[in-house]
Amino acid sequence: MSARKSERLLNLLIALLVSRTYVTKQRLRQVIPDYREAASDEAFEKMFERDKEDLRALGVPIEMGGHEALFEDEQGYRIVRSAFELPEITLTADEAAVIGLAARVWQQAGLASATSDALMKLKAAGVEVDREALDVAHPQLAADEPSFETFWEAVTQRRPVTFGYRTGTATEPAVRRLEPWGIVSYRARWYVVGRDLDRGAERMFRLSRVVGEVRFAGPAGSFTVPEGTDIRELTGILAPPSEERTAVVDVRAGKAVALRHRAVSSGPAARPGWDRLELRFGRLDTFTDELLGYGADLVVQEPPELRDAVVEHLRAVVERVTA
Amino acid sequence: MSSRPSPGGSRTQVNRLLALVPYLQARGEVSVQEAAREFGVTPGTIRRDINVLLFCGLPGLGMGDLIDVDFDALEGEGVIRLSNADFLARPLRLDSTEAAALVVGLRALLEGGREAEREVVARALRKIEEAAGEAAGVAAQVDIRVAEDPDEQALGSVLGRAVAGRRQVRLTHRSPTRDEVTVRVVDPIAITTSEGHSYLDAWCHLVEDRRLFRLDRVADAELLDTPVTEHASAEPLDLSEGIYRPSPDDLLARLRVAPQARWVTEYFPVEEVAEEPDGSLLVSLRVGNPAWLVRLALRLGGHAVVVEPEELAEAVRRSAEEALSNYG
Repeated sequence: MSARKSERLLNLLIALLVSRTYVTKQRLRQVIPDYREAASDEAFEKMFERDKEDLRALGVPIEMGGHEALFEDEQGYRIVRSAFELPEITLTADEAAVIGLAARVWQQAGLASATSDALMKLKAAGVEVDREALDVAHPQLAADEPSFETFWEAVTQRRPVTFGYRTGTATEPAVRRLEPWGIVSYRARWYVVGRDLDRGAERMFRLSRVVGEVRFAGPAGSFTVPEGTDIRELTGILAPPSEERTAVVDVRAGKAVALRHRAVSSGPAARPGWDRLELRFGRLDTFTDELLGYGADLVVQEPPELRDAVVEHLRAVVERVTA
Repeated sequence: MSSRPSPGGSRTQVNRLLALVPYLQARGEVSVQEAAREFGVTPGTIRRDINVLLFCGLPGLGMGDLIDVDFDALEGEGVIRLSNADFLARPLRLDSTEAAALVVGLRALLEGGREAEREVVARALRKIEEAAGEAAGVAAQVDIRVAEDPDEQALGSVLGRAVAGRRQVRLTHRSPTRDEVTVRVVDPIAITTSEGHSYLDAWCHLVEDRRLFRLDRVADAELLDTPVTEHASAEPLDLSEGIYRPSPDDLLARLRVAPQARWVTEYFPVEEVAEEPDGSLLVSLRVGNPAWLVRLALRLGGHAVVVEPEELAEAVRRSAEEALSNYG
């Protein structure tokens, strides 16, 4: 860390902040020691450009402009105080406590550090945030998927991306191109929704199925999310189909407790010591997997395609083990 | 985020100074120790920050232009007093990542928190959104759903009362591993959330051991009049590392998993995964209860085969054959 650079950045910021008018580069070169001492015009320009970038990266709004009376090469810079400062915020003790709690929700390094920085600013604005004050149950948002940060950045900056994606059955990942509109967490799994550029339609992707690196395919602000897009609603449409089909299964008395809980109806089966359940399901493949777990405690009656799928999988198990 | 200032760089220091200067002015005087604690850095870092400030001020940086630090107080009592820094009286606005992280965090609390806290969370959320202005807009592109089952909410409130009142609970619980319903008396310790599910952390008198009960598998919870035993005084479990805690004493099993069933490695903490030339995976995982692995192997229906131990491979085959016999 260079203390000298920090000094220069802070002095530049103060100079632009306290001035009522645009400050020209020429003037900045006079008042900031490092700029004054720069070996050449070129060295000064380079240093100034980098400093401006550093401040902008911190979120400092540096405006460029000039006065009508001035010529174009007399353009200057300024920081408008109202755009720079955090507005007044007064929080009651309980509000401040839940904000401290919200800061503990993120279990993802990048966002945890962003919330810490936000709390630091609130403290500087006079808010008394006590992270330890409220020790109650709170949800935790983890994001272990390595692609999370890139997707988050792509969504917030509106940059298109390309990535490899593995679907349930394909062995090789396919390359997808996406305008990511939103990022969604449902039951601790992360998804990205947006416009699939090759299919020309909205699609949803699960982050844990992304293979390899996610690459930006355009600069920030490359696309706009259509007006009125509701990320939650869109996710609902793109999510796997809801449970529309009905199955009838027989289960051994006292067994398949989780299925009984979900059953639409239940009663005695034809076979003594067995019960008959009626269940709703969405996807045949995932429901087949679930039923297989009950082994010999469950027999599928209907529909025939479900019965066939279960029998086929059981045969596959026997064959593979025997082989 | 990659746009976050990297630790140790000038950006990080300037970012901290932009909060430190208004913070110190708002409080009048603060010890180096306390400032270090508040900003999560060492006292040495705070001293280096103050040294930077000595050379900062209004353009020209003449005698009356520089930020003034009371040296005697700093060297003598370790207390920081700033003056002549009115131009930095307020912190910088929240940037879009900070605003989004905080707003999304609060919305997660609103969704996943308990009824009693909702109203205050909603108030705090409104104020933060207002103060963040445009920067909070990004949060609209992030949607978090934690728990939305009303039964689970009701259950959470009964169990919350039990934890707070230190009273025992009679739980009716569906165990997915053993496929059975059990009724047990427990001493609740805490309610906690991990990986999208809520759990009751409790001492169970049936098994005489600590257990975690996933709330969506609790069929019923009856609040008893009896107080909890000394077992309930244990520290709540830290679930930040996930919910499955395989014990090193557990059986180590190896599975060969076809590409179609790769999801297994995403759902369960596996000890080791090796990619085979044919695209399948060789997965090692610890198994507390062999019946669980038999179920898993059946569910994977031919897309996975138990390689080791042999007895388990045999148990899977027997279960599949037995199940097939049901279909005549």
